[in-house]
Amino acid sequence: MPPAIDVRQARKRYGELQALDSVDLRIEQGEFFGLLGPNGAGKTTLINLLSGLALPDEGQLSVLGHDVVKQYRASRRVLGVVPQELAFDPFFTVRETLRLQSGFFGLRRNDTWIDEVMHHLDLTDKADTNMRRLSGGMKRRVLVAQALVHKPPVIVLDEPTAGVDVELRQSLWRFIQQLNRDGHTILLTTHYLEEAEALCTRIAMLKHGRIVALDSTQNLLSSLAGCRVRLKLAGNLPASLLLQVVEQTNDDYLLTLPSYQALESMLSELRVAGVEVHEMTLQQPDLEEVFLRLVGRAGH
Amino acid sequence: MLSFFSLLYKEVFRVWKVGFQTVLAPVLTALLYLLIFSHVLAQHVEVYPGVHYTAFLIPGLMMMAILQNAFANSSSSLIQSKITGNIVFVLLAPIAYWEFLAAYVLASMLRGLVVGIGIYLAALWFAQPPMLFPIWIILFAVLGSAMLGSLGVVAGMWAEKFDQLAGFQNFIIMPLTFLSGVFYSIHSLPPFWQALSRFNPFFYMIDGFRYGFFGVSDISPWISLMVVGGCMLGLMLLSLGLLKSGYKLRY
Repeated sequence: MPPAIDVRQARKRYGELQALDSVDLRIEQGEFFGLLGPNGAGKTTLINLLSGLALPDEGQLSVLGHDVVKQYRASRRVLGVVPQELAFDPFFTVRETLRLQSGFFGLRRNDTWIDEVMHHLDLTDKADTNMRRLSGGMKRRVLVAQALVHKPPVIVLDEPTAGVDVELRQSLWRFIQQLNRDGHTILLTTHYLEEAEALCTRIAMLKHGRIVALDSTQNLLSSLAGCRVRLKLAGNLPASLLLQVVEQTNDDYLLTLPSYQALESMLSELRVAGVEVHEMTLQQPDLEEVFLRLVGRAGH
Repeated sequence: MLSFFSLLYKEVFRVWKVGFQTVLAPVLTALLYLLIFSHVLAQHVEVYPGVHYTAFLIPGLMMMAILQNAFANSSSSLIQSKITGNIVFVLLAPIAYWEFLAAYVLASMLRGLVVGIGIYLAALWFAQPPMLFPIWIILFAVLGSAMLGSLGVVAGMWAEKFDQLAGFQNFIIMPLTFLSGVFYSIHSLPPFWQALSRFNPFFYMIDGFRYGFFGVSDISPWISLMVVGGCMLGLMLLSLGLLKSGYKLRY
């Protein structure tokens, strides 16, 4: 069984910028895979190479075993891409747009599936509305629908929830999760890390065109041992604990601890120093923390 | 093949939706040329013996409109799609390069030919040029519109802004059409300009097309056919090569 996506030593340069630098990535069929990274890390470049919107300088990329350059028609037939940029054709209604897109993929009489996709994306009552008259969120829904008209086995979503309301996000994720359960492979890029954490089984993190982490979401989260504790104190934090401070606002401290066992010694130090604890909250490590540790706050 | 027909349908539908601007406007422009030039020059010029100047003018204006509209169609459609970003839907689809080119060129030909026929029908009110060899008329109309549709694809791919495309149209297409013998026979020009006209492929299209109407031309229609056919083939191959390389479409 060929992998859904196979990238080998892919390189792409734009002028002085090395957008992708020797990237290797293999995504198996049926995975829900997250591709994370700061702006300019190379996520969209990688998606563009997979979809044929850009051509690689070096390396091989394939979708379900079809080379994206040599067998571009076969690879595009099995791939559905939701592009990041909000684009639409102002000459057509929603239904006309989806019928045309079906036609581009060689499908005639696709209305049953088009109706189902529109239903899942809450587009049914806008079917005969011209694209120009739709709000930004609605246009985004059509963009998703266009990527799905040919029931692609591999679906790539490049920031599909950027700037859309909670309602669409929820209905979109319900539909995408259903497609994933039905066997479709999903590759997702998003800036909402909680989405990636909740949805993706495996994650790759990109930085400066290179993969800096590639593991299951669970492993990435457990790689961060320990926890964070937020304290509101009646006095000053003892000097022995200052090294563990991550943030401080007046008498409000955020500390990082190497393990849960360290909690006890922290509390005893506070007791010895006679500092009263007004509030205490424990925080679990999340993907954002992993992301910041691996990729850095400013992406450097 | 369904991908090709869908793209062709989209392109034709686009023309149809703005038919006032894409078909009626160029017909009106051509009629204004006919009205003014025939009124001013009809009593002073007889280009071919026995052929009234107004009748002489009609095929030239038809061909000029066919060429300009064929070029405008593919080039403007591509640049609009590039600038608004909706070209992505075509680029993501499994459409072969030749299907892409054929759809854009055929839609351009269709618009050019509809405008040309519109001008002919409207111009009948002014004069009725004979149609001695219809096969030559059809041949040059088809080859000329295909050539300019293909040139429009090249220009649409090359241009990144509307003003670049306008420059291409104003500084290349317009001078070549106006200096191709739409309004005159090149035999009325001084020898230098006559010689220079022979380097203009548009001259061969108009001269060959006009031969189909009157049976007379400045140059043998067979030579014109070879020049126009060769240019068309060259431009088709160039467009196809550029599409394959992803020139300014796939970065």
